[in-house]
This record gives sequence, structure tokens and C-alpha cells, in this order.
Amino acid sequence: MRYLRISAGFLAVGLVFSGCARTPLSNTASKATKSISALVEVSGGKQAGAAGNTLPQPVVVQANDDQGNPVPGALVSIRGPRDTMFDPPSGPTDSSGQFTTNLSLGGMAGRYQLIVSTHDEAGKPIELKIEEIALGYEEILGREMSEKYCARCHNQESTPERLSNYDNLAVKPHAFNEGDALNPISDADLTAIIEHGGPALNKSPLMPPYDYTLSKAEIHALISYIRMISDPPYRAPGTFYAKQ
Amino acid sequence: MENSKPRPQLLWNKLSGDPVRAFGSLSLLLLISLAIAPAKDHFSQWRHYQNSYLKMIRSRSDAVTLRRHFREGIQQIWNPELEVVDRCTTCHVGVNEAGLTDISLQPFCRHPVIPHNTEQFGCVLCHRGQGAATTVKEAHMSTVAWEQPLLPERYIESSCGQCHRPPLTGTPHLNEGRRLMARYGCVHCHTVKLPEGGLLKAEDDAPSLSHIADKTTREWIYAWLKDPQAYATSATMPNFKLNDEEAGDISAFLIRNSTPVAGDALTLPQKAVSDSTAGASLYGESFCATCHAVQNAAGNVVGGDVGPELTRIGNKVRPEWLAAWIKNPRVYDPPTEMPHYRFTDAQVAVLTGYLQAKSDSDFLANIHLEPATPDQINRGKLLVTEYGCTSCHEISGIRKPDNFAPELTRIGSKPSSQLIFAPGIEHTLPDYISGKLRQPRAFAAGLKMPQYNFTAAQIDAITTALLSLNERAQTLPAALTVPPTPASNYQPAGKAGQLMNDLACFSCHRINGRGSDMAPDLTWEGSAVQRKWLEDFLQNPNTLRPALIRRMPKFNLTPDEISTLSDYIMAVYQTPSFDRESMANSGYPAVAVEQGRQLFYSKYGCQACHIVDAKADKGYIGPTLTEVGSRLNAAWVYHWLKDPQALRPGTIEPNRNLTDEDARALTVFLISQKGSGRQETRK
Repeated sequence: MRYLRISAGFLAVGLVFSGCARTPLSNTASKATKSISALVEVSGGKQAGAAGNTLPQPVVVQANDDQGNPVPGALVSIRGPRDTMFDPPSGPTDSSGQFTTNLSLGGMAGRYQLIVSTHDEAGKPIELKIEEIALGYEEILGREMSEKYCARCHNQESTPERLSNYDNLAVKPHAFNEGDALNPISDADLTAIIEHGGPALNKSPLMPPYDYTLSKAEIHALISYIRMISDPPYRAPGTFYAKQ
Repeated sequence: MENSKPRPQLLWNKLSGDPVRAFGSLSLLLLISLAIAPAKDHFSQWRHYQNSYLKMIRSRSDAVTLRRHFREGIQQIWNPELEVVDRCTTCHVGVNEAGLTDISLQPFCRHPVIPHNTEQFGCVLCHRGQGAATTVKEAHMSTVAWEQPLLPERYIESSCGQCHRPPLTGTPHLNEGRRLMARYGCVHCHTVKLPEGGLLKAEDDAPSLSHIADKTTREWIYAWLKDPQAYATSATMPNFKLNDEEAGDISAFLIRNSTPVAGDALTLPQKAVSDSTAGASLYGESFCATCHAVQNAAGNVVGGDVGPELTRIGNKVRPEWLAAWIKNPRVYDPPTEMPHYRFTDAQVAVLTGYLQAKSDSDFLANIHLEPATPDQINRGKLLVTEYGCTSCHEISGIRKPDNFAPELTRIGSKPSSQLIFAPGIEHTLPDYISGKLRQPRAFAAGLKMPQYNFTAAQIDAITTALLSLNERAQTLPAALTVPPTPASNYQPAGKAGQLMNDLACFSCHRINGRGSDMAPDLTWEGSAVQRKWLEDFLQNPNTLRPALIRRMPKFNLTPDEISTLSDYIMAVYQTPSFDRESMANSGYPAVAVEQGRQLFYSKYGCQACHIVDAKADKGYIGPTLTEVGSRLNAAWVYHWLKDPQALRPGTIEPNRNLTDEDARALTVFLISQKGSGRQETRK
């Protein structure tokens, strides 16, 4: 019985050692064969999640060589502004050349620039910028409003349960992240369209007015949500400060 | 001689050799000690931050305004009612500056817009930490004397939950956490006392196990106990990590302890028919998927989550029980949320056959249990008591235990010195709670809390909800809290009431505050609809919203039942705010109808969401209005158009603030849409 236990112990130790040895071995082997020339974003960029919370989808990036083939086993690391947290913050790419990490954004609402980095054979750094959006209280309230009242027409990809009405409309509504179309419209004009409907700004009469349905605060929240998720990013007009 | 004196004595002689010298050095000492306090003040952390704030705003164009708002020195928010003494704004100077939107450097960021102002509530109430402290470390971290570090941002919504008991629109995480707590029945084992008195209630419906032998086999119970999620991925029952012996003992006891229910003994009226086409179409027609989910070939669980998942139902239930259940579920479980469909025996046979075929031949293949011994049954009974099975499930002969698990009424303010942390977990309360939800048994040997398989987001949500159950929530003056909406125990009366319970109307519809929000609120249904339409609809429910997947099933009601229900709905569910007969439902002149049509299509663009002309209109959001004139009462349409939210709170139809004339014209147009392309007008 005792011998059995001892041999089992040896077996376990042996397994641990071989397990430890495996990872670095494959790392060096793959690095020797292929060289990374680019990092590509696979998914998980431009997500909007509540500030301080884990984003719903992980960020997935892929390391490619100069032929565009994935490179497995390359060490990739990701960093961001101070209170962003990554799980894991770095690691080797898997067998299909991809590195997956879950991240939670910092407590302040806004846009977060993340930098994914690795280096090629010669030690030259290769970087990829990814942007994520953290929503504060007001933007979350705006998102709830948008989901309830707006998404069925303004979001082409509403869920099956709430089939999108987008295709049925003669004049196509703008998706809320269409920065090119929405950024030039001032806050006052957006408020007017929401409050008084499309005709207020000579737009489609199919957009109904919401001034007797939504409160001022809710409309304000909705606009701050639209501004926050806009792509390209929205820059508030008005005071610009000279940098010294 | 002099040289032989020790050095300290030399120094002493030099400083206080004569009275003048001694006086001089003493005054110097005094001066230095007097300077300590102002120097400490001058070099304090908060003064450093205030100075750098002033430096920062100097170059801005709004410097004058910001400088005017700036107040030097230690700032304090004091609210004795809430026991708030906060000096956070001493360093966080820009908290209330709306102009500082471009600053992302703490401590000078402006606070994001929230419905409360900081002057009234302070900071610590939501963010925790030590309000009276004036150094970064003391204010933010936990120290020996202070156990409340800053609350991580991901749990911040828990602070809203201290005062706000009903769900808020702006706190989706907290709402989700509370929903999950109700759905997973945390409070079956952990008592949570509510500040207003009473206990927090669960919303899960753990089945009674007193008659389990009618329903299923010992093998299935064994497999289920070993790993509930192996049977159904969406199962809410947690994994108790039982070993083979324990699972064998408990299953033996449950089968032995079970007593038969009279109605289940009925033999199959007809042999189950295995006609998968007819079965699938009956399953679809009866809208079973509204409540029950099935895992599809891609591994996604598709369907509602009101009833249990049916992916492997054929492995679970006995065919005779299934037939009896489909025939009338109320025989086995009187309060079930499942409606009593009036299926014919042939339909029951088809549906039973179809559901029986939903099985996995591997699922119970490797489970072979020896016949139960009396010893096993006794051990099973002990285990059932030990694991507290009766906290959730009713088991005849065993009482529901009191205080089975630690009370969670004040879990959100539990001092971390009273917690035992598992290795590798950071010593903070949120990390303790989320760690416990992730791996309950990692904290000590012999713990009984079962393993749940929550996602990371679900754990964050539940932790948020638990953190809101704290000392402050319990002790807050009632005037400062938003009380929960009282649960309605509305019960319709008489024969119609019995019928509505039998059909489980409240599983989908809400009436007078009771019921689910899956289907339209029927509180004023009698004012809204015409009796003829209601009868036709109960006979054969045709959907009003073509885009919806969840639909009203056909219950196969008898004419008597239909007339009982219609009588009750038309007589009782009427709004007191107007009379449904105050406007005629027909006989309007063509000119008036045409005027309404113009308003409908041109001025108000209603076709964006509604369909009146089935060929031209495409709006998918609101109900189809092609037959609205045969469905609704003119008075209802008129009042609905004037203020939809007044009649059905929360409806998304916008209030257009119509004039009386426009509302009337639109009503006339809509009420003349009598269906099948005909429009009824008076020449």
C-alpha cells in the first residue's frame, strides 16, 4: 500500500514537471519557425460596457506572419489606462495564433485606448491599438432608454424577439454610433428631434416626438449615450483650451 | 582633562554652559516645536492637491469661474440625518464643476451626472471609505481602525440599492443581481430580513418531491443529483458535489418516501404516438417554446425560461406521468405556472410521444443501481436533512429547517475581520462575497453550500445585490428610503377566477399588479376591446403582433368557458376614467374618415410602427391595425391616443399630446377599419 502511494507521488511530481516544461518548449520552438509581422484584432473592440465592469465579450487578437498566417506561441501583452484590469494581462497565442483576454474598464466613463503589443524576431515592437467605451450612470440610463424606445428602428440588428423595423422604413434611421451623420448635429438639434419628432428639423415624419413621453433628464441621458458610443468619436464644440 | 570628557557632555556644556546659552537653545527648541504644526499643515497632502488644482486651472479659459468656486482649506459635507461627515471635496475640488469635462486626472475629475447632488448626500454614502480622513491612504484604504475601503466601481450600484428598493432604470446590474437572487432562491437557506419588516422572498418554484416516484425513476434522480447541469445546461439547481454513495442513498430515500397522486395512476388513455411531424406542429401551435427551452444542434438553449428545459425530458419522466401532466398539470401540482390546456386524448398522445423522443440514449446508460436497502434509505433521510434539501423542496415527513445557513440581512457591511478568507483571495468584503459565489467550498473543509455555475457577470451582479444589504439599509430613516412596490395578491373572483387560475393567465399577463409582464396588461381589457372580438380571440387566438415569437396559445376552451371569461372581463376590467360606450363604434361619414387617414399617414406618420393597409404599410412595432375597428372600442382608442401611459404605464407608444380634434379624427379613421379590406362608412 505504501509503495503504491509513493509511486503515485512520483508519478504526480513527474506529471507536474513535464507539464511545466511543455509550455516554454513550444514557445521557443514556434518563435524559431515563424516571425510575427502584424497583430490583428479578431473581436472585442469598440464594446460599450458599464464603467468598472467586465466587458461582455473578451478581446481577441491574432498574431500573423508576413504571409498573413497565424503564429502560435507568441508572447502577447496588453495594457491600458491606470485602472483597467486584464485577465490575463499577457500570455502566449494559442494554436490558432490568437490571444484572448477579459478586461474590466476603469471607474471613469469615457474612451479607453488599449495597446496590445508583442515583438518580432529582431525584437522590434509590434503594437495594435484597441478602443473600448466605458459608460457612466447617465450613459447607462441612456442605453436603457435607447433599448426600450429607439433600438427597434435605429438598430438594424435588434434581437429576433423584437424584429428590427429598420428595413420597413422608407427613410432609413441612423444607427446611434454613426458619428459621421450624428456628430455634426448639435445637442440642441438632437434634443429638438427627440422632443418634437423628425419634422422639427425637416427630417422624416416617421420619427415621432417624445416630449410628452420622456423626461428632460431621460432625453439628456439618451443624448450623452449617443455621443459616447459615436464612431468616429464625438468632440464637444465650444471651449477649446490652448496647450501650454 | 577636557578631552577625557565624553562627547555628549561636551555638547551639553556648549549649549547650556551658562544661563544665557541655555535660554537661547531652549527658545530655539520651543520655536522649532511650535513650527511643527504649521509645517505639517503646509506640507499636507490636501494642500498639495489644492495647490496643483489652482495651478491647473490657471491656464484655462474658464479660470475666473473656477477660481471663484474654489474654496481654500478643508471642506466638509455634514448631514447629521444620514450620519455623513465627508471631507472628500477637500482634495476632489472639481467634483461639482460642470466645465471640467475634459479632465481625466484624479482627484480633479468632475463627478458624472447622477440624479443626486453631493452637497445633500456626501460621498461616502455611495463610495464608502473614510469620509473624515484627509490623507489619500486613510480615506481610500482599509486601516486598522476603519474597515470600509472604497467600494470598487463595478459594485457601485449596490449603493443605490441601500435606499431604492424597487428596480431603477439606471441600475441594470443591481436589478439583475436581485433578479438572480430571487430566481436561484438564495433566501430559501439564507434569511434576509427587510428593513420594513418581513422577509425577502424567492421567486423560484422548486418542485415538491413528495410524489417524485410518480414522475421519474431513481436512476434519473441519481444522475440529476450528481450533476444537474449535465441533464439540462440551464438548470438552476446547484451541484452539491455528492459522491456515488450519497447520491444513491438520497435517491433511494426519495423514491421510498414518495406517495402516489391519485390522478397520475391513470393508465395511458391511448398509447403514445410517435409522429414527430404532428408532435412538432402541436408543440409549435401550443407555443410551448414561450416557456420551455430546448437545446438545438448548435448547443444553444432556445426558448423561454419559465418552465424547465426539455432537451432530455424523455430521459426524465415516466410516459404515463407525462401524459397525465399534459392532460391536466394541476392534478400533480395545483399551484403550477403551467396552464391547463384542454387537449384531446389524441393530442395528449401525440405530444407525449413527441416529448418522449427528446432524450439522449447515453444519459442514463451507465447508471445501474442495486435495489435500495433499508440502511440506505435511512442514510438517505439523514443526508436530506443534513444538506437542507427541504429548504427549497417539499418532502413529506421532513420539516423545512429554520436558519439553515447564515443570515444575510447585513452581509454588505460585515467587517472583514469577521470573515475567513480562502487562500489567494484579497481581503476585502466584495472579494469575499464573489469568491464565495464562485467556489463556495474553497473556504473551509466540510462546507455545505453547493456549487453554482454563474458567469463572471452574474457573480458581479449578485455581489452588487448582496452589498446593498447592509447596516445603513437597515437603519435608514423610513422617510429617506424608496419603499418597494407592495406585492399584489389580487385574485379574480368566482367561476371566472377559478378558470383564470386553471389557465394560468397570470403566468404571462398582469392584472391589477399581479402577474408577469410577458404579455399585455389586462387590467382595463374590458374597456379596450369589443366583446365579439374577445370571444373570437379566446376561441382562436390570432396574433396581433406578427413579429413576436411568444404568443397566446390556444387552450381549446368550451363555449361556456369562453362566455364565463368574456362576461367577467367585460364587466370587471373597466377603467373608471371613461365609459367605453361614450363614442359610437361605427357610422362615421367618409369625410371624417378621410381626414383621419390624412393625419395618420401624413401628419403623424403612424405607419412607421403600425399596419393599416396590409399591402402598403410595413410597420412592425405596434399591433396590426387592419381590423382595429372590430377589436377596440372607439372611446378606448380616443383616450389611448390622448395619453397611452395613463392607460398602460410603461407602454412605448409615444404620447403625441394630440388636440381633441386630431385625436377624434384619428379615432374615426381607425374605428372604421373593420378588417378583411372593408371599410365601413356612412354614405
